[in-house]
Amino acid sequence: MPSARAGRILVAALAGAGLLVSGCARPSVGSDRDDPTKPVTLKFWHGWAERGEVKAVNDSIARFEKAHPNIKVETIGNVTDETMNQALRAGGSDAPDVVSSFTTNNVGQYCSSGMWADLDPFLKKSGVDKKKVFPKTLLDYTQFRGRQCALPLLADAFGLYYNKDAFRKAGIDRPPRTMSEFARDAVKLTRRDKDGSYRRVGFMPSFRLYQNSPDRMFAQWGPTYFDAKGKAALAKDPRSKDFFRTQLKLINAQGGYGPLEKFRTMFGDEMSSQNAFLTQKVAMHMDGEWRGRMLKEAKAPFHWDTAPLPVPDDQADTYGRGYLNGTVIGIAHSSMHQNAAWELVKFLTTDTDEVVSFANAIHNVPSTFGALNSPKLDADPTFRAFLDIAKNPHSSAPPPSNNGGQYITALQDFSYEVEAGRVPDLDKGLRTLDAQIDADNLQSEN
Amino acid sequence: MALSTRAPALRRKKMREKLRTVGFLSPWLVGFSVFFGYPLLATVYFSFMHYNQIEQPAFVGLKNWKYVLTQMPLFGPALWNTLWLVVVMVALRVVFGLGIGLLVTKIKSGAGFFRTAFYLPYLAPPVAATVAFVFLLNPGTGPVNEILGAIGIDAPSWFNDPNWAKPSLVLLSLWGIGDLMVIFMAALLDVPREQYEAAELDGAGAWGKFRYVTWPAITPIVMFAVVTGVVQTMQYYTQALVAGKLASGVTIAAGVVIQPGYPDHSTLTVPQLVYSLGFQNFNTGAACVLSLVLFVIAMAVTTLLMRKRAGLLPAED
Repeated sequence: MPSARAGRILVAALAGAGLLVSGCARPSVGSDRDDPTKPVTLKFWHGWAERGEVKAVNDSIARFEKAHPNIKVETIGNVTDETMNQALRAGGSDAPDVVSSFTTNNVGQYCSSGMWADLDPFLKKSGVDKKKVFPKTLLDYTQFRGRQCALPLLADAFGLYYNKDAFRKAGIDRPPRTMSEFARDAVKLTRRDKDGSYRRVGFMPSFRLYQNSPDRMFAQWGPTYFDAKGKAALAKDPRSKDFFRTQLKLINAQGGYGPLEKFRTMFGDEMSSQNAFLTQKVAMHMDGEWRGRMLKEAKAPFHWDTAPLPVPDDQADTYGRGYLNGTVIGIAHSSMHQNAAWELVKFLTTDTDEVVSFANAIHNVPSTFGALNSPKLDADPTFRAFLDIAKNPHSSAPPPSNNGGQYITALQDFSYEVEAGRVPDLDKGLRTLDAQIDADNLQSEN
Repeated sequence: MALSTRAPALRRKKMREKLRTVGFLSPWLVGFSVFFGYPLLATVYFSFMHYNQIEQPAFVGLKNWKYVLTQMPLFGPALWNTLWLVVVMVALRVVFGLGIGLLVTKIKSGAGFFRTAFYLPYLAPPVAATVAFVFLLNPGTGPVNEILGAIGIDAPSWFNDPNWAKPSLVLLSLWGIGDLMVIFMAALLDVPREQYEAAELDGAGAWGKFRYVTWPAITPIVMFAVVTGVVQTMQYYTQALVAGKLASGVTIAAGVVIQPGYPDHSTLTVPQLVYSLGFQNFNTGAACVLSLVLFVIAMAVTTLLMRKRAGLLPAED
């Protein structure tokens, strides 16, 4: 009898706990029935942290508040995706109404989970034809399976920064256009001290250096991450193997993984005056358009210029392409002021003058056709190179996934193994990587 | 008749006693239920659910368990690293802590200075201490390698070398040995002097006195240090995460995804993986499975140690 009674108590306790924990799991739900002409205060969370960038955001908000006197906007900067994700999942009155993210990696997750509200009804209500306003690549990375839960808020294009003085001294007259030229120039530009240690490398291939993540360089190959059924397809695509072989060639040509890694540990912080390109420890460097502004402000003690990154030899006709990404903005599912929030999102993303002003202020690539062709845009040629990369039809962004950026993380992990020389059989390794990505995606869809 | 009137009164008395006991226990019962019982039940519940912390949880049976145990490549390295740290770090910390404790109890002059000097590093915040160690042991610019290089020693890459990253974390933990030193020092000072005098009369040397007097007296403290050390190391997170991130050189900024465990997953521990799965990927089910695995291992090791402890303790009369 006591055991039967204990059993009933246990079942009741488990049932109670089940109800309790499932009750805790209910997300809060917002509303799109608010009147955007009524006084309201919106919370806008973004990731910009540098003083000049924060000022640019605040200036944009001031222009918005002037145009919409009934809407006040409280901004909070330096918010990571992690923090924002956690806040939106927790919900509540302190959660943001408008959110932005520096990466497109999580858009698939934001859209598929409904965490960011679908913007198509708002676009339709406002009569905005998104296909006429935003370039296709940018529209693609802000939607997932037909759900447009984000819009591009400026874009980032990745290209090559190179030290013109070092090029001249090494007898190189123009930036490399193919991967063969890239490896050859990297060797020519590498300088060593008498004891054999590096003074400068032509190009630091390490995927861990600053912005050198493998997906960014991989964009020069125009990779296929997933097939039509959504299965990982890296092993089937010969460009994957070529990409990794090129990486190994770059590493071996400049002295090997171990010495290069040791030299990399001597580099200073990316955002400081000890940045390796700024201190001339590297002669060629992959980076985004914003780096130009930093180099000018730091008064780099050498002449530098920008160009598109080289492409594989067998795709020479695609030279000019690059990796595209950018900040995305959306409306939190839990916002009770979604119509007012849309007014802010619409202003920041579709108003040509606003997009141009913001792009010039933070030195980013504008994200609308109107702004890209605006005469008011910064005319600096080192910046214009990135505008051309953004307009290039071969430029690409990684496809959104319902598993967020997990497949990019898996690619990163694999790439670290390859560059360290721990993947003797690339075919087998790529098949394992595909299987891993598929397993991760399946797990997230359960 | 008298018996039948006395029985209910006895029952009421027993009931009052039970209620009083429960009343005295209630603060602990509430704390245990809210901060341990409920989270444990919730973890078990979510380990069978697909839950991304935004949509409603959905029952998926054993899929999360299968994913973690058979399809997640980082589970193996994370578990291995955690167990490696449990064995090596805990053992060395106990030995080193006991050694330092013995040393500072023997010092005749300046004992206060040395006790303070050995205890101070423990007060350093873990993040600050880790940052300092990564800076000191930087293979390219760190002063430690510069000094070793100057005297002709080919220094390792410490936190940047997969073979040296965990030993470097152990070095960091030994530097902050102050907590164990204080406990052992107190235990050593508590050993009755007359027992040492008796042992000396019996002809015991330094080793004999330690083996037959000191050790039996401090065994409960050693077991305490081992058990708490095992439980703490099972939860090892901050130092490994900070060291990995800093040594990797990857810029920590909004929009940048940083996998813990640099270099080559050698500093990845199970708690880091739990956080990464649960609060970066929002794969709550898999994170709960990992937490349960960790809990079961911690329970098993602790139970084993407690049983061993019973065998080591001197028999009570």
